[in-house]
Amino acid sequence: MRRAALAFLLVLLLGSAARAERLIVSVSNHRVTVTPNYSGEELVLFGSVEKDATTPADRTTYDLVVTVMGPRADMVTRRKERTFGIWINTDYRQFLQVPSYLALFANRPFETITSPEIARRQQIGLNNVLLMQRVSGDFADVVPNDAFRSAFIRLRTQRGLYREDGSAVTFLTPTLFRTGIPLPAEVPIGTYEVEIKLFANGAFIAKTETAFEIVKVGFEQFVATTARQNGLLYGLVTAAMALMSGWMASIVFRKD
Amino acid sequence: MQLYLPIADLPVNVILVLAMGAAVGFVSGMFGIGGGFLMTPLLIFIGITPAVAVASVTSHIAASSFSGALSYWRRRAIDPALASVLLCGGVTGTALGVWTFTQLRALGQLDLMIALSYVVLLGTVGSLMFSEGLRALMRTRRGALPPRRTHNWIHGLPLKMRFKRSKIYLSVIPVVVVGIMIGFIGAIMGIGGGFILVPIMIYLLRVPTSTVIGTSMVLTLVTMLFATLLHAVTNHLVDAVLALILMVGGVTGAQFGVRAAQKIRGEQLRLLLGLLILSVGIRFAIELVIQPADLFTIRELGVSG
Repeated sequence: MRRAALAFLLVLLLGSAARAERLIVSVSNHRVTVTPNYSGEELVLFGSVEKDATTPADRTTYDLVVTVMGPRADMVTRRKERTFGIWINTDYRQFLQVPSYLALFANRPFETITSPEIARRQQIGLNNVLLMQRVSGDFADVVPNDAFRSAFIRLRTQRGLYREDGSAVTFLTPTLFRTGIPLPAEVPIGTYEVEIKLFANGAFIAKTETAFEIVKVGFEQFVATTARQNGLLYGLVTAAMALMSGWMASIVFRKD
Repeated sequence: MQLYLPIADLPVNVILVLAMGAAVGFVSGMFGIGGGFLMTPLLIFIGITPAVAVASVTSHIAASSFSGALSYWRRRAIDPALASVLLCGGVTGTALGVWTFTQLRALGQLDLMIALSYVVLLGTVGSLMFSEGLRALMRTRRGALPPRRTHNWIHGLPLKMRFKRSKIYLSVIPVVVVGIMIGFIGAIMGIGGGFILVPIMIYLLRVPTSTVIGTSMVLTLVTMLFATLLHAVTNHLVDAVLALILMVGGVTGAQFGVRAAQKIRGEQLRLLLGLLILSVGIRFAIELVIQPADLFTIRELGVSG
């Protein structure tokens, strides 16, 4: 027990010793509320690279990749094919526990930041993000140019839910940076994880994480929760509302 | 003015939806129909998923048919006996319809089935109504009398029952079958079915025109209320906020529609309605046949429809 603790402490010390830079970040708002007239907004992520004594003196320029991941969900992508002259959903793929929102930002094009090998390992760029699929009983991520995978990314991108921008991160000073996180109107609610990865001369050197939360408040949150949790009550209330408005209309517009 | 729809999960322009409700209400008041067959497609065209559109429109139709049924009730234009027999079938049909809806949704073929049903049903009913309206118009031009109504095979069926207010003596079998059919397609397509039910009751069941609209409204009202309830319980797809906006627009528009209808002749009205139904059917047919802009679609499981 004591030896394990000692080993752990040693790893911790060595780890921090090897890490010459530290990342300090903060988002402008840790709790975004979706109200009835919500039509999207933009969060701002600020941060700085803290150097310490062990930082090599010649290391002056950094590269930064910010990954924002929304709550995970299972999704199905279907493909239409022409059958008997009409377009019908035929083939489909199931994506397992993929982020409902995914944004990747960097200070310069992803492929110029690091080697393809590291980019793949660190999931840098939409092509390298792991999107697990169920392919006939097996679980795997497929090649980036797979038809279903690229269609999936394309459709999510069209809705503003997946995005990739190699110029969104700006360095205000060599160590101080900021980036905007645009959230579309139909943003999924839940907890969003933000991963910030620091690179220098193509090498991955530091990483930190933060998070924010998107919540629906007020009336429509109440409506949405009730609809899912108390379907019967919700149905009864809606039916009663229909009867009420029908009755009111017949009184208001009564001619006799 | 943007408003976020909680179940459809997207923001819409309130004025646009109100205007759509009013326009459909105008048409429905003009022709004495529920207008679901116009409302559901319109909602689909503005980006609401077919599933949510169908489920939400059911409550909108319930509201408009209730206000209609109340005024027909005051005029004693509803046959309670006929309505109850129709309802036996209607409730069964609705339950079957909602069950089928859930199954199709799981298979990923719901949107296709909704579109196909619209093409087949609206295409058939629209062309029948249009040609019938044309013939009636020609007859009145020539000054000929409409053909005399005769009894058909339906009146030879057993289990006959006397419907006092409608003054007809009719087997309950076709009435229940009609109820099941209307309930079933209503739940799948998000329509009240008045535009099919009324012709069937007039031409097949020989229900007199004095009670036909009031009685069909009772069937629409109950099946749509039941469908709202079932869609809410099984699929959680009824958007009450959307439904409320539609109701407000719909009942207002309907009042102007009723007034406009009084200025147009019956045959012309039927011709117009036939044309309208036909064009919605054709619109869906075109969507099915031309290559979609995107062959791929995504559905989130367990998050939203």
